[in-house]
Amino acid sequence: MEFIRDQNWLLSLGTFLPLAGVLFMLFIPKKNELLQKQIALGTALATLGVGIYTLTQFDYGKSAKLQFFASTEWIPVIKSGYTIGLDGISLPMYVLSMIITVLVMIYSWQHIPSPGNPKAFFILMLVLQVGMAGTFVAQDLILFFVFFEIVLLPMYFMIGVWGGENRQYASLKFFLYTMFGSALMLVAFLALFYKTGAQSFSIPYLIEHGGSIAKNTAIWIFAGMFVGFAVKVPMFPFHTWLPDAHTQAPTAGSVLLAAILLKLGTYGFIRIAIPILPQAALKWAPAIGILAVIGIIYGALGCLAQTDMKRLIAFSSVAHMGFVMLGISTLTATGINAALFGMVAHGLITGMLFFVAGSVKERYHTLEIKRLSGMLLQMPKMGWILGFCAMASLGLPGLAGFWGEFPAILATYSPAPGLSVELFRTLMVIAAIGTVLAAGYLLWLFQRTAFGNVSPEFAGNGNGHAHSVGAAANDEHHGTDDIHDVNIFEWLAWTPLLVAIVVFGIYPQLMFKVFDPAVTEMVKVFGK
Amino acid sequence: MFLAEEAGATVAAGWFLEHAWLIPVIPAVSFAIIILFGKKLPMKGAEVGIASMMAGLVLATGLTYQWIVHVRGAAEAEPVIKSWVWWQSGGMKFGLGQHIDGLAVMALLLVTFISTLVQIYSVEYVRDDRRYTHFFAAMTLFSAGMLAMVSAENMVQFILGWEIMGLCSFLLIGHWWEERANSEAALKAFLTVRVGDIGLLVGVAILFGASGTFSISGINAWAVSGQPSHSVLLWAAIALFIACIGKSGQFPLHTWLPDAMAGPTPVSSLLHSSTMVVAGVFLVARLYPVFHTGLDINVAGQQVNLIAVIGGITILIAAALAFVQNDIKKVLAYSTVSQLGYMMMGLGVGAWVPAVFHIFTHAFFKCCLFLCAGSVAHTGSHHSFDMKNDMGGLRKKMPITFGTWMVSTAALCGLPLVSGFFSKDEIIDGAKHNNYTVFFVIGLIGAFMTTAYMTRATYLTFFGKARGAAAGEHAHADDHAHAADAAPHRVEGSASDEAQRVSGQSEAEASHPRQQGFGWATESPLLIVGPLLILATLAIFSGYLNAAPFHIEKFHHWIESSIGVSLPEAAEFEWINAIPSITLVAAGFLVSLFLCRAVFGEADSKLKGLTERSRLLGAGHRFLVNKYYLDDLYEKVIVHGVAHPIAQAAYWVNQHVIDATVDAFGRGGKRTGDWVYKNIDQRVVDGAVNGTGAAARGTGGALRPIQSGKVNQYGALLFSAAAIGALVLVIVNT
Repeated sequence: MEFIRDQNWLLSLGTFLPLAGVLFMLFIPKKNELLQKQIALGTALATLGVGIYTLTQFDYGKSAKLQFFASTEWIPVIKSGYTIGLDGISLPMYVLSMIITVLVMIYSWQHIPSPGNPKAFFILMLVLQVGMAGTFVAQDLILFFVFFEIVLLPMYFMIGVWGGENRQYASLKFFLYTMFGSALMLVAFLALFYKTGAQSFSIPYLIEHGGSIAKNTAIWIFAGMFVGFAVKVPMFPFHTWLPDAHTQAPTAGSVLLAAILLKLGTYGFIRIAIPILPQAALKWAPAIGILAVIGIIYGALGCLAQTDMKRLIAFSSVAHMGFVMLGISTLTATGINAALFGMVAHGLITGMLFFVAGSVKERYHTLEIKRLSGMLLQMPKMGWILGFCAMASLGLPGLAGFWGEFPAILATYSPAPGLSVELFRTLMVIAAIGTVLAAGYLLWLFQRTAFGNVSPEFAGNGNGHAHSVGAAANDEHHGTDDIHDVNIFEWLAWTPLLVAIVVFGIYPQLMFKVFDPAVTEMVKVFGK
Repeated sequence: MFLAEEAGATVAAGWFLEHAWLIPVIPAVSFAIIILFGKKLPMKGAEVGIASMMAGLVLATGLTYQWIVHVRGAAEAEPVIKSWVWWQSGGMKFGLGQHIDGLAVMALLLVTFISTLVQIYSVEYVRDDRRYTHFFAAMTLFSAGMLAMVSAENMVQFILGWEIMGLCSFLLIGHWWEERANSEAALKAFLTVRVGDIGLLVGVAILFGASGTFSISGINAWAVSGQPSHSVLLWAAIALFIACIGKSGQFPLHTWLPDAMAGPTPVSSLLHSSTMVVAGVFLVARLYPVFHTGLDINVAGQQVNLIAVIGGITILIAAALAFVQNDIKKVLAYSTVSQLGYMMMGLGVGAWVPAVFHIFTHAFFKCCLFLCAGSVAHTGSHHSFDMKNDMGGLRKKMPITFGTWMVSTAALCGLPLVSGFFSKDEIIDGAKHNNYTVFFVIGLIGAFMTTAYMTRATYLTFFGKARGAAAGEHAHADDHAHAADAAPHRVEGSASDEAQRVSGQSEAEASHPRQQGFGWATESPLLIVGPLLILATLAIFSGYLNAAPFHIEKFHHWIESSIGVSLPEAAEFEWINAIPSITLVAAGFLVSLFLCRAVFGEADSKLKGLTERSRLLGAGHRFLVNKYYLDDLYEKVIVHGVAHPIAQAAYWVNQHVIDATVDAFGRGGKRTGDWVYKNIDQRVVDGAVNGTGAAARGTGGALRPIQSGKVNQYGALLFSAAAIGALVLVIVNT
């Protein structure tokens, strides 16, 4: 395998720059909140700057090759190296993680959830950024594993400290469940290492030598990785940590979780599990496809049963990630391209939905669908943004969500040679039914919360109506003074996402051209 | 050299043919302008919408002219196809472009023309509406979607346009979303159509998987090449037809269309009668080779096929429902469903040209009828659409509305020498000629029923004595109380009429401050009657483009190259063949008139209240009023079932089985951990764990005292378990 080693410092800079900010922030007193936030955001922006510079320096003609490649010794005892590189598959996610971190920081500028302490909150976000970016550039299994685990801790504390009422349970469950998956994943990594002659943990090396592993062993090793990644995705039936974590997490945490963290799992499949063990992947593909489709239907049904807006959005992730996994399970270029597109699209759209849910909660102090009504009258802009995101999420052509779903369905009609055509065509039809259910729960949510008249409970203020003193100032629901339309910080945080949803919806080629060559190269082994 | 020649040949096709893709692009851009700047413009965005429609109309007119020239010049008129690569993935190319042939030209002209008129009409009709700008934005986006769909070069672009129309339909039906009933109608429309869309996605996937192309011309050529297996075409045709059933309101998914009348009347007129709902019919016509081959249409010995059966059933069941409606718009809605059934049946029996011609003529007279209903409600009946309670005797007060209504009704019923006759009769004739006797009979019965229910509607609206709002009984102050009173008395207990009334009324308060308590209806303003007159004129004369009795076959000639398969020659027209249908139309008129006079007239009659007295008739009436209980089946059984028991059950399983397993695992782990901690840890490796625990508490303590110490223990435990697992794995597999 060829590597492009130009500017090999770039990825290390982009990955570890946030730590410089953390270092500064550690030496500044907690009370100086503004300065803390400024440093954090400044660091995140600088990191994003490095990311954008990476975008400009990336050679799109050679996106199938690892670029900015760097490799040095790291832990010689176990033959693990510091090997990093970026190709078309990881580039979009790498940059997306930087963008989302910046946007989440802007949003959190005034939205530090109780119990406050912006210093710790922003430091955690920067650390999280290191883990996310590192996972996407790592080209060594141990390095990958370390970054994969680094991501866990900040998120654990974000949920556990700044989360909702049931945060302790949710954070512990999140941590342990993912840890359990990671453990099996590590087992699989070690097995890979030993079975390929204990030479190297480097992913390119393992891709070359993965074929030497006996088929039965390979299937078992794949199983270990499968559980590890499937928990993170999450796939049915490993998904139950997700609704709890999402519902309890603060808005910033939910957004990061939905936009980036879930993708670490699907990225793992595409980057590690499938290229290293293609034969095992072929054996596992039907199971993955079936679980993915169960996830689509089951997640949608779960959504329909929800009474809480945030929990509904959380369950919708199970369904949407089902489409991503369905695309992957076809083992075709079209399917994996669709999956990669779906990952980014889901990140943008569901990230936006969680932002909106957070802002609604802040204003109404509840997310119970029954109690919300007539949002369009009180906050027309917020209401229409919710409607826009619902439409994007249900896969309206012309918006980003569609290009993750429709090509996945197309690909399922003709999966890779060796896979059962009958099975996959059945899956295709069931997945298509899932799109109706998606429309059902999203529009139902939109209709209940945004349409209609304002419920009397919250009708005291908003939309410039005169505030009647006394009667409307009801302490029971903290008054309705908070209800105002989208504010400037929200606009700053949301506009890039909204624009991206439209731009990628209208011109999907922007993204497809980045990863298509890399994916085409990867699936050659399946003969399609 | 060859390329240059080709370029030369395409230039000769004409500027308008080459640039037809501009027609959808202009409204799409206008939509963005209206959304972004509409509220700041002098006419609040309406001018942008109308201008874009007019620009589209000018282009479409030029296009039509050049197409006619193009057809005249060539023995076999080639479509003018252009395509740009939009994006590609894994060797799969997705394009955007134009496929301009007779069918597309007809649809482009029709949509731009009707959209222009309806938008002009709307300036008056929705004046001072709370969401005036939104209304025009959505109308313009709708037109962009429809135009993109009819000129689509490939199926992906087709889906794009199709779904954009669905979105606009949702927004416009729910335009007055403060009322729960309106937003529910919008939801129902979107979801029902979406059920059909499963078929569209699956069908396109099948076609692409089998033929390797999305291009419409490519698929059509492939379908008749004899290459594809019959079963692939069959499955593709069935899947796509499910989409058509949903979009075109065919049985059994027709139930959304009448509810869609909750939207403002111009919306019903444009989307839900003349343009959007024909998208399903258009899809069948567009990919006719797939359906024709896949479903064995016109194969000797095949008396039935899916399209003809669904179309035939739809004609009858929808026409029957039109008899029991009190809301004038619902009569027209069911009439639309029934006429769409004619078009489908026409395509199902191989009468492609008459079916497409019926799309053309139907658009004018049905659009006109809806706009007449709007005119009556706007001026004559104080924003009520209730024929029984709020109309009657309006013919003298609103002569232009009445006149245009009568002309369009005649066209709809298929009276000789007006447009509907030339299209509908040809469909019926085609069924007979192609040996589909059953469908010939259904077509005739449908003609009888059409005339009968339209006579009833006309009688109730324009004849007899003025009632309710038309007689000025609506005192303005107690409008809402009146609406609430009236609702239980109405047979059609649909909440959406009432919502329409209530919202219409509150709208009326804003728009007619000076007309409070008017008891006199006069004719509507020019912006309303102008479009009516234009449409009524076309309702008469559009039929003469393809008038078989006079051997005019212009339309046929312009459009036949779009069929894509060879169909049996149409029968020579003979007046004698038209006698059965003309007789039945006359009979329908007379029977219905007699019944209307007896039931709704002044004089006492035995027939009054018959449905209450006769159990059999009452049961039949109830069956119809409840729409064959299909709505109950969908809403109470299927939707309720999925949304409640099934979803709840799935969620119960989630919480009590899957999640409980996880929790049990966690608890088990904790117990093991406690045991290990007490018995091994404390005694054996005491210091180490305490150390980590303390360290973790140190970090965590700054944040909050959570169970951080235990996490480390669990982690350690899981890792040791994993290490053992790894060992086992390595041993087993060596």
